Amino acid sequence: MQTNEAKKSSASSFFMKIVKNQCFIPLATLLLLAVFNLIADPSFFKISLGYNSAGNPVLSGFLITILDSGSELAILAIGMTLVTAATGGQDISVGAAIAISGSVLLRVLCGTNSRPETLQAPIIVAFLVSCVVAMLFGAFNGVLVAYFKIQPMIATLILYTAGRSIAAWINNNELPVISEPSFTYFGEFIPGIPIPTPFFIAVACMIIIGIVLKVTNLKLFTQAVGINESSSRLNGLNPAFIKVLSFVILGLCVAVVGLIKVSRISTINYSVIAKDIEMDAILAVALGGNALSGGKFNMAASIIGAYVIQFLTTTLYKFNVQSDALPAYKAIVVILLVVISAPTVREAFSSMTKKLKVKEVA
Amino acid sequence: MKKKLLSVLLSTAMVAALATGCGSSEEATASTEDTATEAAASEDTAEEAPAASGELIKVGIINNDPNESGYRTANDKDLKAMFTEENGYDASFAYSLKNDEQITAAQKFIQDGVDYLLLSAADTAGWDSVLQDAQDAGVRVILFDRTIDADESLYEASIVSDMDKEGETAVNWLKEQGLSEYKIIHLQGVMGSAAQQGRSGALDAAVASDGWTLVTQQTAEWNAEKAQQIVQSVIDSGESFNVIYAENDDMAKGAVAALDKANISHGVGKDVIVMGFDCNKWALEELLAQNWNYDGQCNPFQASYIDEVIKKLEAGETISEKVIIMDEKGFDAETITQDDVNIYGI
Repeated sequence: MQTNEAKKSSASSFFMKIVKNQCFIPLATLLLLAVFNLIADPSFFKISLGYNSAGNPVLSGFLITILDSGSELAILAIGMTLVTAATGGQDISVGAAIAISGSVLLRVLCGTNSRPETLQAPIIVAFLVSCVVAMLFGAFNGVLVAYFKIQPMIATLILYTAGRSIAAWINNNELPVISEPSFTYFGEFIPGIPIPTPFFIAVACMIIIGIVLKVTNLKLFTQAVGINESSSRLNGLNPAFIKVLSFVILGLCVAVVGLIKVSRISTINYSVIAKDIEMDAILAVALGGNALSGGKFNMAASIIGAYVIQFLTTTLYKFNVQSDALPAYKAIVVILLVVISAPTVREAFSSMTKKLKVKEVA
Repeated sequence: MKKKLLSVLLSTAMVAALATGCGSSEEATASTEDTATEAAASEDTAEEAPAASGELIKVGIINNDPNESGYRTANDKDLKAMFTEENGYDASFAYSLKNDEQITAAQKFIQDGVDYLLLSAADTAGWDSVLQDAQDAGVRVILFDRTIDADESLYEASIVSDMDKEGETAVNWLKEQGLSEYKIIHLQGVMGSAAQQGRSGALDAAVASDGWTLVTQQTAEWNAEKAQQIVQSVIDSGESFNVIYAENDDMAKGAVAALDKANISHGVGKDVIVMGFDCNKWALEELLAQNWNYDGQCNPFQASYIDEVIKKLEAGETISEKVIIMDEKGFDAETITQDDVNIYGI
């Protein structure tokens, strides 16, 4: 009898452990969406190997599309999670910053001629320049937030408003087009490898941030600053520096996404590139169950959150939902998820289960 | 208390920063002022040397910000090339995307005593009183590119694009292709815009009358990435299609990127017909390379039409038909030439 009871309680505590894990909600959503698609139309999961017009093998199917498009969001989610944790606010200038870094990238590649026959600089050089520029803009946001104590959302509103105009100025409002095929490798496929490159880039970013969080004290310091700024200062940390650093890291993420986005179509449209992507990135953080008011964070949950959002988008496209109605559907799902995963609701839920347990024991 | 003061100060600084941050519109205001002073300056010179430049026709041109789009840049370039001293004009320019700033610029031009006021209004409403002032002052008004909600007697002519006709030209071209079946992916612009309504309307009518199939009809909001995702989704679901009707060049480009990825051939004599609008230079080059099939023009070159109207008015003729609709071409990949690309590409 007793052993049975013990088993039961250990099973339930194991179950509770899973539920309490921050990754539970985004993973459960992913599973739910997957099951929904499985029932509605199993062909959703079909992956086929074909060849693209250049004759290279490529995998195609809805799942590949999700991996492909979701990767951009996953990369942004990394930076956005850090900013959220350190400052308790969000950066809404991400889309505009992508326009800027993409514009810089093309400017360096094209030189003064907007339609070059050959690239004017190696891609890696152009990418590094765009990284530096994006990190500088990140630092600009960071300084406004950390030293001038402006609300992050308000501070980044400046770049949100001005960014796309700046991006247009960088190229004298011309629309450079790049005809070099190797430039498309970053947004599409590397010849011979049938998996979309953005996924590899995202994985590389995840590994790097994973190592950084493991090896350095970045996670601890960021959380400390996010939870209580003054006590972290008393403990010898420099909260302003940590905040600026988080924005600079987000800037780096922005440059990487800028490369992918520009590479996809080999050109840029300043007014629409990466439009509203900041909202999806913030959603990814929220879906991951991270408190938007800062403090503790879980990077893996945010990244899964990013793929969940893309899964949802792709599902809605598949069912031919009008694309201008799409944000409304997304909003409904997201409101539900965010409410469920909100720390207050989770606390209420856990206290309720505790009460139930007490009753059971009694 | 100190903290409060600081925060007030900071927020003022912020607002100031925001104001400078609103790049294009701010710049536009600045340039409005610049041109206003320029206009005044040129008036001075005109008064000083009436004998030398007395023949010049003074025009004040109010346009939208040339940074708005490729179309607008081409439009501005065209106007600047036409209204030069060599062609007998003394032109002043003012740019703004805001109606009230445009109205202020118009008042300034009227005070400066221009002969003609050329106007591409940011907004359709609010022009009655200023145009009445213009009429009283003997300034003749010619509208270009955009119409306004004002009495026809207030302006001499209105030179505009007919978006419905652009759509019809494209759809007629598509009909002539004589495909055995039409399975169309329709990528729409931002819903409700004049270009979207005109270009969608013609296709919708043809779909209803000719029994064409719309595989999907989605707005990609002029956005290449969205268009790519929408077409990708159709490809992933395995539905077949043979026409892509994209309401601008960017969306057509996004669609083609998805086709290339799935190795679906497109262009002249291939599996899928690709149609775009706006005649960007790079798009016409795609036509020339036969990767796309059709591109419809949205004509930004109104200057020659305006010139013609002014010449007529100066000669004392009257304009019988106030609304002048520009010729707009549709380019077919089979007949397009390098000259077309150079002349019509924007």
